[in-house]
Amino acid sequence: MTDAFRIAKRRRAIHGWLLLSPALVMLSTFAFYPSVATLWASFFSRETRRHPSEFIGLDNYRFLFEDPTFWKVAGNNLLYAGVTIPISIALALVMALWANSKIPGKSFLRTAYFTPTVLPMIAAGNLWLFFYTPDIGVLDQLFGLVGLGSMNWLGRPETSLWAICIVTIWKESGFFMIFYLAALQTIPPELKEAADIEGASRWTYTRRIVLPLLMPTTLFILVNALINSVKLIDHLFILTKGGPSDSSKLILYYIWELSFAFFDSPMAAATTVLVLAVLGIVAALQFGLLDRRTHYQ
Amino acid sequence: MSDPFVELHEIRRQWDGKGGVRGVSLSVPRGAFVSILGPSGCGKSTLLRLLAGLEVPQSGQILIGGQDVTHAAPSARGLSMVFQSYALFPHLSVRENILFGMKVRRASRAAQAEKLAEAVAMTGLEGLEDRKPGALSGGQRQRVALARAVVAGHPLCLMDEPLSNLDAKLRHSVRRDIKALQRRLGLTVVYVTHDQSEAMSLSDHVVLMKDGAVQQQGHPEDLYTRPATPFVAEFIGDPPMALVEGAALGQAAAQIGIRVEKIERAHVDDADLVAHVEACEFLGGETRVLLSHPRARGLGLILTGRRELAPGTALGLALPDEHRVLFPAPGGQKDPQQNYGATDRQTAPRDGRKAPSQQTEEVSR
Repeated sequence: MTDAFRIAKRRRAIHGWLLLSPALVMLSTFAFYPSVATLWASFFSRETRRHPSEFIGLDNYRFLFEDPTFWKVAGNNLLYAGVTIPISIALALVMALWANSKIPGKSFLRTAYFTPTVLPMIAAGNLWLFFYTPDIGVLDQLFGLVGLGSMNWLGRPETSLWAICIVTIWKESGFFMIFYLAALQTIPPELKEAADIEGASRWTYTRRIVLPLLMPTTLFILVNALINSVKLIDHLFILTKGGPSDSSKLILYYIWELSFAFFDSPMAAATTVLVLAVLGIVAALQFGLLDRRTHYQ
Repeated sequence: MSDPFVELHEIRRQWDGKGGVRGVSLSVPRGAFVSILGPSGCGKSTLLRLLAGLEVPQSGQILIGGQDVTHAAPSARGLSMVFQSYALFPHLSVRENILFGMKVRRASRAAQAEKLAEAVAMTGLEGLEDRKPGALSGGQRQRVALARAVVAGHPLCLMDEPLSNLDAKLRHSVRRDIKALQRRLGLTVVYVTHDQSEAMSLSDHVVLMKDGAVQQQGHPEDLYTRPATPFVAEFIGDPPMALVEGAALGQAAAQIGIRVEKIERAHVDDADLVAHVEACEFLGGETRVLLSHPRARGLGLILTGRRELAPGTALGLALPDEHRVLFPAPGGQKDPQQNYGATDRQTAPRDGRKAPSQQTEEVSR
């Protein structure tokens, strides 16, 4: 009896591990091991022909915190995230509410909104280069028509980051709209009818019923947008290369530079570890704080 | 039908000339319980949605309390509605669900608390106020939907198959609750259902629909004893009316209907019909004998106590004249023997007007 029970228990444990193993293997190979290896690498000095790599503890982090470029880039990324995330989510929501209503040409509207998402970021960068280029770009041509002078949107430190933000918002909001659209379609139409009978205005219905029911989606999009604000840098390569004078440089681009332009991979590893830590903390906060206020169906 | 509270005049709403409702007129007195009954796809839900203002009729007129509300917004019609799916807001607690309408209308806090307590007590939801709908059973959700309808204090309540998502036992108890609630509050209820026993037991007035038109309306007893068409005869009652070809009984009518409980056993020699036993169903107090006859449908015989009759046994049946309902051939004149209530008259002008309206539609296409 007890023997049979123990065997059954062990069999269940083995079964569990078997089910877990594919994800465990994949995550270990491609996520856990690289993270740990990066953390380990960040404790070593840069290897040169004369000086082999040696353990220097937290010195890389100290150098990083003393580096004004790092703070400039971190500030840039903070501003970039602070601008692109709320605006692209708000736009996505408005577009989804509009594309979900009963209007003619609904599917065309949805496709039009979604198109930027389908484009690779590099292609989007090239497209926007065509908008931003001084004198011959579309924006300057338009400004020329109303008598405004030429403007080098990407070439001036004051405007370059904002120009990058606009490209990102344009690219991201269509993508987020799809999630909102899918979520909106799971809301039963009877809820709208019940609210109508109770005399709720369109705005009240949206605020009291639709937005709360979209909260799980919003949370998901928020986490995604946050990750993307660090992850998506392809357009920098086309548009500004982080310039002029680091004014549009974002953290991942900086890591790429450290590692592949300056060949200082320990510094790049240290920066990566910092980014991972910050992203992890913020995601945990988002889920922790917003989860309690979110209703999952 | 004095003091009609809700009136529909020749209401019509179709999609590409199909489905929906075509020319329905209806008059509901204040405080009545009216059932709209019919098989699925007959337009009964459309009719209710038109009444609620969730659909707009193509033609016709809707009056509630003497006001023309044909094109009024749902909230301007002074009615509440219970949906088939209950349409509870899943992220709001029971309390917030019930008070949603009052909050929208900015009722005072005191009034909200008072109404909530009243509605919760009436529907037996005490102690569940802080639960979300997801944490409630089907019957409890259904009662939240009822409470939400009651709390609005509107004199008219529309119900769209409110019991169809409940199991059979619960259905019976909620049915009684609904009826008690309606009596206590003096509500006028328009109740859509496809279950004839629900309609018969609940309502003062039954409207039986088929293919977007009213087949017959009246008191449940009228529909039961004097069905206007073979469709009504076979839809109402359990078991439904038996239908026999007129010629088989030597009568001119195309079909003759009779309630199974009125059929008597007779000696084979002087029987009206001789049918053969198909099966016996013992139901406790009685035995239902299912009978087959080549020129009849739904024939049966009810015998008291437990009886066993071998399948194939020939039985003589007497169909008393006073319980026979004669149906003329479709399109023919109605048999004068039939009762002409106020309800039957309503179908006559509808037939007269239906044809031209269909023609205009074909022209417009």
